[in-house]
Parts: sequence; structure tokens; C-alpha cells
Amino acid sequence: MIEVIGLHKEFEGRKVLSDINFTFESGKCNLVIGRSGSGKTVLLKCMVGLFQPNEGQVLYDGRDYHAMPEKDRKEVRKEIGMVFQGGALFDSQTVEENVMFPLTMFSKMSPEEKLDRVNFCLKRVNLDNVNHLYPAEISGGMKKRVAIARAIALNPKYIFFDEPNSGLDPQTSIVIDNLISEITHEYGITTVINTHDMNSVMEMGENIIFIFNGKQEWTGNSQSILESENDNLNDFVFASDLFKKMRQSLREKK
Amino acid sequence: MNILYHCGKYFIFLGQVFSKPERGRVYLRQTIAEIDKIGLGSLPIVAIMSVFMGAVITVQTAASLSGGWIPMSTVGYATRESILLEFSPTIIALILAGKVGSNIASEIGTMRVTEQIDALEIMGINPAGYLVLPKIIAAVLINPFVIMVSMFLGVFGGWLAAYTSGIVTPAAYIEGIQQQFIPFHVTYSLIKTLFFAFGITSISAYHGYHVSGGALEVGAGSTRAVVYSSIVILLLNYVLTQLLLI
Repeated sequence: MIEVIGLHKEFEGRKVLSDINFTFESGKCNLVIGRSGSGKTVLLKCMVGLFQPNEGQVLYDGRDYHAMPEKDRKEVRKEIGMVFQGGALFDSQTVEENVMFPLTMFSKMSPEEKLDRVNFCLKRVNLDNVNHLYPAEISGGMKKRVAIARAIALNPKYIFFDEPNSGLDPQTSIVIDNLISEITHEYGITTVINTHDMNSVMEMGENIIFIFNGKQEWTGNSQSILESENDNLNDFVFASDLFKKMRQSLREKK
Repeated sequence: MNILYHCGKYFIFLGQVFSKPERGRVYLRQTIAEIDKIGLGSLPIVAIMSVFMGAVITVQTAASLSGGWIPMSTVGYATRESILLEFSPTIIALILAGKVGSNIASEIGTMRVTEQIDALEIMGINPAGYLVLPKIIAAVLINPFVIMVSMFLGVFGGWLAAYTSGIVTPAAYIEGIQQQFIPFHVTYSLIKTLFFAFGITSISAYHGYHVSGGALEVGAGSTRAVVYSSIVILLLNYVLTQLLLI
């Protein structure tokens, strides 16, 4: 479980996040939604420590991440996996080396054990026969899956996904969403997903926070989102005709 | 103020680079790979430049001295001194600032804008140490070897020019390169090389590491890396020459 308490962040006097209070629950897909530029990625980066918040706390199972010494923070980081928007795979390493990298740096496994773990993780994300390819030689969807395999290699307690579906076709997006959902429930991981993909919101939204202009505007789940009367949320969620019709038909059924 | 700001930031960056490595063995492997890339990868261009520069220095010196009362063996002496004292350590360092420096800055800059450095940081790895320390160690270890090869090939290029053009006899050239040889001049050159190697790698890495934006900024960072490395090489060259030769 990750608790964010009273988090504020500003850049050169410009407020980007104000008073965010939210609990990201373990074993659930926790979604951070909002329009582009609303502060979702900044929130994620504050949570993982890439940005230092101006005020507030981020508690990883009760441990105050930003208040602890750097040495302890490094230990917490070993429990965190992150999948970036573009995958952030190391260009100079093969798929196998990318997934093996955290194991090489932080585990005491033998080379055989590491290779077994790499193959298990790649198989878990449905990738075969790509071990010796470089990131430039695989597709965008495969890169995302390799990034997920790298993120789960060390059995993390918390995984962060920054726009996992950006640049992917709808079918591949569904594959990635299902994969994230399966991994989250299978290993009981606290998963935080930053997205503005409404299909993902409806499919995976077990615990959602909606950020609007850097402020926490609404919290709920994929069911309550359809019934919300919040105008800003409705403008965001029902921007497309498809979702407008979906809401309409749900209301008519009721 | 801007210079002071960057100097401070550079030294903080060096502090991060020289902090304790997470896995010594991984750093060692990286260092060996960098020796191959930075040092051995630069040998072809260094060899070509050294041979031709040695040849040109010989021809120019011989042309200036021809028909005069100065013995032609002076051509060999002048070529050797030019190559040992200045050409091999300094001019080759400037060329390496262009080749290796821009490569380091663009590699690290691209890693920055594609969030690969953020990925390292989130894993609990010190990105500055992991990416930069092996490059600095590799350059400091291998560049003296590269410069010694350059010295040899420069002097050899001079002999080749003497032999092929006939502007000075090879025997006179060989006699000249043995005249008044001061072994400390080689030591002086190698000391300079160590400082230049450190400067090129650390300054270029600094400019790559602090890139923000996209491809345009990576290119600009790369250019800044070459410009500042070159300026620092010239400054260090003057200071070290004052300290070591006078």
C-alpha cells in the first residue's frame, strides 16, 4: 500500500500539484487519470523519488520515502518496478540483458538462476525467442512487454506504469492491460497506472484518482465513474461519442 | 555567475560519479568495454593523423631550413620535439574531444531524454557512477597508450616523408631524432594526457547527463561538450606546461 498525504509540487513558483491525498491499495490496479499536462506524471515521479515534493509525504507501507536517509531509500527502490512511457530499455543491451540487469545488480543468483528467471519473466509476458534481439529490433508492444518483464524480475512490491498504452494499437493495448491486471492480482502487487486511455480505465479501474489542473478532483472506481456528477470528470471521461452513448444507455437501463 | 553555477554543478556531479559502486564486477566489465570503445576505437584516426602530421612537420621544417647553415639533422630533432611536446598530447586530445567527447555526450544525453537514466535511478542504481566512472577510468588508463602510439607514428611519418621526398636524408633524420633527447618530455606529455583524458570524459559526460528536452538538445549538449572540453584542454595545457617545464 502506498499513501500519499498532502503532496504539493511546484516548479520555479508554478504550482503543478496541490494537496494530493490518496491511498494506492495493494493487490489492486490503482489508476491516476487526467488530461495531458494535469500533473499525472509529476505525481508518479514524486512518488518514485525522481522529483522531491515541496510538501507532503509518500508512505510505502508506512515508511516515509522522502524523509528517510538515501541508503534506506535505495532499499525501498529495490522493491519498486517502473515501466516508462517509451519502455526506457537500455539500447546497448539485448532483451535478455535488459531483463537480467536488475538481477545482476542486486541479486546473488548464479548465472544459470538468472537466466532461468529471465526466461520465466519473458514467458510471463508472452515473449519467446527474443532474448538476443536489441530493443531497436522489436516492436513498440514488445518493448512494453520487455519493460514489464524487467520490472517484475526482482519480484517488486510496487509497480508504476506511465501511460502503458501510448503509441499502441487497440488490440495490443488490451493485451498489455490484461497483462498488468493479471500480474497485479497474481503477485498482490500495488500497481499504479498513469493513463488517459478510457478503455484501460473501464477495464482496470479498481481504485481511481482523477487529477484536474494539479488538484485531486475525484476518487472512485470504474463503476462509480459512470455515475459521477463531477463536470470536469464527465468532460474528460465522456469526451468521445462512444462513451457518451454508453452513459446514455446505462442511464436508460436504470 | 553562470560559469560559477556550472563549476559547482560539475563538482557535485563528480561527487556522484566517484561514490561507492553498487557492484564492482559490473563496473569492471563496463570499464573493459569502454577501453575498447574509447581507446582502441580511436586508434585508426589517431594513427592516420599522426603519420601525416609527422610527415608535414618534417617537410615544413626541411623547407624552412634548406640552403641555410643549419644542419639538416635539425629537421629530425624539430619533428621529434614538436610531436612529443605538443602534437601528440594536445592536438590528439583535441581530436579525441571531438570524437570521444561528442560520442559520450550524445550517448548519455540520449539515455537522459529516453528516460533510461531515470530507469537506472528508480532501480536504486547511481546513474552518474554507473555510466560515467567506467568511461573516466578507461580513458585515463588507455589514452597514455594511444598517445605513445601517436608519438611513435608521428616520428615514423616524418621518416617516411624524408625517405620518400628526399628533402632530407633518412640518415640525417635518424641522427636528428636522437639529438638532445630529454626523457622527461615523454613523462610531461603523458602527465598532460592523464589530465586531458579526465577532462574530456568528465566534461562531456556532464553535458550529456544534464540534457533536458529532445533530439535538438542532445545535439546542442554534444556541441557544448566538445567546445568546453577543448577550452579546458587548452587551459590545462598552458598551466601544466608552466608547472612542469619551467
